[in-house]
Amino acid sequence: MDQILLSLMIFIPLLGMIVVLLLPREQEELIKRATLAFTLIPLILAVYLFINYNTSTANTQYFVSVPWIDTFHINYHVGIDGLSVTLLLLTALLGPICVLASWRNIEKGLKAYMALFLLLETGMLGFFAALDLFLFFVFFELTLLPMYFLIGVWGGPRREYAAIKFFLYTLFGSVLMLVAIIAVYLNSGAPDARTFDIPTLITLASTPGHALADPGFQMWVFLGFFIGFAVKVPIFPFHTWLPDAHVEAPTAISVILAGVLLKMGTYGFVRINMAMFPEGLDIFTNGDGILGHSLALLGFINIVYGSFCALAQTDFKKLVAYSSIGHMGFVILGLAARNPEGINGAVLQMFNHGVISAMLFLLVGVLYDRAHHREINGFGGLGSRMPIYTGITTLAFMASLGLPGLSGFWGEALSLLGAFQEFEILTILSTIGIVVGAAYFLWTLQRVFLGALNPKYEELPEINRREIVTLVPLGILTIVLGMFPSIAINMFYVSVSNLVGIIN
Amino acid sequence: MEPIKNIESLAYFTPEILLVVFAAAVIILDLLVKDQESDWVAYLSLIGLGCSLIAIFITNSLVNTNEPISLFLGMIRLDEFAVFFKILLLLATAATILFSIRSEELDVRLKGEYYALLLAITFGMFLMASSTNLLMIFISLETVSLTSYILAGFLTHSPRSSEAAFKYITYGAVASGTMLFGLSLIFGMAGTGDITQISSQIASVLASGGVSALGVLIAITFILAGIGYKIASAPFHMWSPDVYEGAPIPITAFLSVASKAAGFALFLRFFRTGFDTPEILQSIDWGLLLAIVSALTMTVGNLAALPQRNVKRLLAYSSIAHGGYLLMGAVLLTSEGLSAIVFYLIVYLFMNLGAFYVVVLIANESGSEMIESYRGLSSRAPLVAGAMAIFLFSLTGIPPFAGFFGKWLLFNAVISKGLYWLAFIGLLNSVVSLYYYARIIKAMYLESAEDTDTFSFTKSTFALLSVFVVPTIFIGFLNIFYSLSAKITLQ
Repeated sequence: MDQILLSLMIFIPLLGMIVVLLLPREQEELIKRATLAFTLIPLILAVYLFINYNTSTANTQYFVSVPWIDTFHINYHVGIDGLSVTLLLLTALLGPICVLASWRNIEKGLKAYMALFLLLETGMLGFFAALDLFLFFVFFELTLLPMYFLIGVWGGPRREYAAIKFFLYTLFGSVLMLVAIIAVYLNSGAPDARTFDIPTLITLASTPGHALADPGFQMWVFLGFFIGFAVKVPIFPFHTWLPDAHVEAPTAISVILAGVLLKMGTYGFVRINMAMFPEGLDIFTNGDGILGHSLALLGFINIVYGSFCALAQTDFKKLVAYSSIGHMGFVILGLAARNPEGINGAVLQMFNHGVISAMLFLLVGVLYDRAHHREINGFGGLGSRMPIYTGITTLAFMASLGLPGLSGFWGEALSLLGAFQEFEILTILSTIGIVVGAAYFLWTLQRVFLGALNPKYEELPEINRREIVTLVPLGILTIVLGMFPSIAINMFYVSVSNLVGIIN
Repeated sequence: MEPIKNIESLAYFTPEILLVVFAAAVIILDLLVKDQESDWVAYLSLIGLGCSLIAIFITNSLVNTNEPISLFLGMIRLDEFAVFFKILLLLATAATILFSIRSEELDVRLKGEYYALLLAITFGMFLMASSTNLLMIFISLETVSLTSYILAGFLTHSPRSSEAAFKYITYGAVASGTMLFGLSLIFGMAGTGDITQISSQIASVLASGGVSALGVLIAITFILAGIGYKIASAPFHMWSPDVYEGAPIPITAFLSVASKAAGFALFLRFFRTGFDTPEILQSIDWGLLLAIVSALTMTVGNLAALPQRNVKRLLAYSSIAHGGYLLMGAVLLTSEGLSAIVFYLIVYLFMNLGAFYVVVLIANESGSEMIESYRGLSSRAPLVAGAMAIFLFSLTGIPPFAGFFGKWLLFNAVISKGLYWLAFIGLLNSVVSLYYYARIIKAMYLESAEDTDTFSFTKSTFALLSVFVVPTIFIGFLNIFYSLSAKITLQ
């Protein structure tokens, strides 16, 4: 019975999409409530899986494997380990929050919006649970279509450009990944014994003498997968779609983009690049010279470049978008270190960044819904007008800039701790990003909330109850995980140790 | 197995005979009955196709599928490969007839001729899929070509249509001539017209030094010109955008699917049976030649599609590109490649015909094929817009639609032979193609129309549309299609 829960969680939103499509267009309240219900069920299931997950073993749990396309040995194989259960919880949590965040500000085509959102959720949940490489790819791509429409139809003024740019970049990355997937499949054994099964492939790739274990082969497929995921993270220089997509996307979609889609890139990197191609990873993370430092270098560039770009922004949303690029850099840096501290820190950072960036985008959305612009310099003194909003924003800012005691601190600290053991100079230089991060957040805080109240906004209404409901769970998570980061780390500690074992 | 003599062969030839009988019946009855408004000729043709389909199944059950038989003293062959293509062609023709009934651009006075020609061209394509003799190959190709010239020019009131027919016939004549020259060279070298014997004959004259490898390569290149023209592969594709744009939309759909499929059938059988032996491959690397043609075809098709504003012309270029993708499976002619082509053709049949059907519908309603008339379609006709979006994403190769699974099989076949560069070019082309397919989607979903009246379509329209949408969504998920396409082989 328990086996079916995971599949249920993945496909309930898809069922919801069909139900929503069948509802009459005029029944907007009903559509919204149905969507909320169909995103709450996965959340309940995710919480159940999270609580019942056995943290003492790295074995896959709740797995289901049934033949799908027999002719090519493709199975419907899903299951969870510590890493995926954490990200599944994050995804499932952001689902209902985003539905609530879209409650009032979707002016046209509400039905289609909600249906696409549910399809997107199925794609994301399926991606984090898939254990068959082919299925993994199908779910990965399944998120593209709804995202394209959600940005392109419901986005801001330059939405068409942003949507197609997002689509083309990601598709470009994923076709390179497809070549790598096919190459892995064809080299996995004799024609009758080929497989897409991720756990099996991981075992084969570390079997000495197997075609998959060949370092030259691993290097090429590593690169294929890496570019696919790098576009998604996004890692410099593949990042230029992100600011456009974020600025144009409606609030809830920005939340999903920053909260979940970026994590798909780093999750895929851990799941495939690190676990399946340790020889390939070795080339880019272990050794002297530029090649051995390349991944860490990319992480460093992301951190510093993202932070400085954020500092230069005057658009509130663009600032948050660039800060995301910077914060994802810590994930890359931690993963490049390939030691337990670094990887645990990176995974923790993935979860925490998902929560914090979701908060930040929600907060930007709240302000935009009231003032209809996001120009940081156009506000001022909002603190006196909207005290609750100001309080929550300050919490999110502090969490994001890495204040000890809030969750953002731990991921970055552990990543840096791990990275310092491997790349001293790069790690020291990366801390510039933290300083700059503090600078732009505090400066923004000052420009928007402090000083004299801009007379234009004397009537600005305070944050409402629905908006608070979307923010409170995330706020609580940042505080609780700031005090007790071990709650999260315990979930994936064993899985990460297992991964470190494979790598070394 | 010994070839069957002429008279005994007739029993196995019933599907083709039925097509000819119905074509004749359509012409004669059209002369006798003076009811030009009703569509009974179209329905009679559909019945003809249905009878032919039943006959295919009956004759196929008479044959032991493991041991294909040769008919008419070795002129044509009846095997699973031929049966698959015949069914595919029948479906494409049936769809074309249904489109034609709904299309408003055709001249009602010429209905009888139109449907009779469609049946005749199907007959020709049946022969293309099963010919095993050089002479028969040429005759079948010409039957199809001549009929297509007339069909392309069927819009008698439209100068574009006449232009299309004229260009088609000019290019076609040159291509046929070139091909005939190549065939005669091969005949001279091998001393036989039977393609099942050509490979051993050529191999032995190559070994004895009777002909040089270059000579054989030249002959193959000439033949490729003729076949390449039929499947619209670069550099023999120039005719197709003009012809596709000028021809009536149902005929464009037919040419882009059926004509291409028949061309591939002939191509695969000819090369697989005639030139696929280690001795020949050793001296003549025509696999590389095909790989280059494939890369060129998809790149040319996609790049030319980028600036198009006419959706029909855009789809014409895109179908050139799809010919290039299909050719990837033909490179080196592995059985993996063959089943990938078979699978892709099944998928392509549904998604491409579906897209053309939407073009028919929009042309009927708005009188235009330009991309502007698709603006705001998502609110004017949500179901049609949704279906079009599915066809276009499937053509791009985006999961979960069937087009993705088809492309994946083709790339799988190419990479299994180590041709990474070709797979790369193919995949980059897929990314490029997204750009122009997405332009239509953008017009439908992201832009709004000046004219906001909703289009009203009948229930039967939606029923026919769903015949194309449902397979486009589900084929990729069903193992039966993969095992089916893996079963189709050529001996």
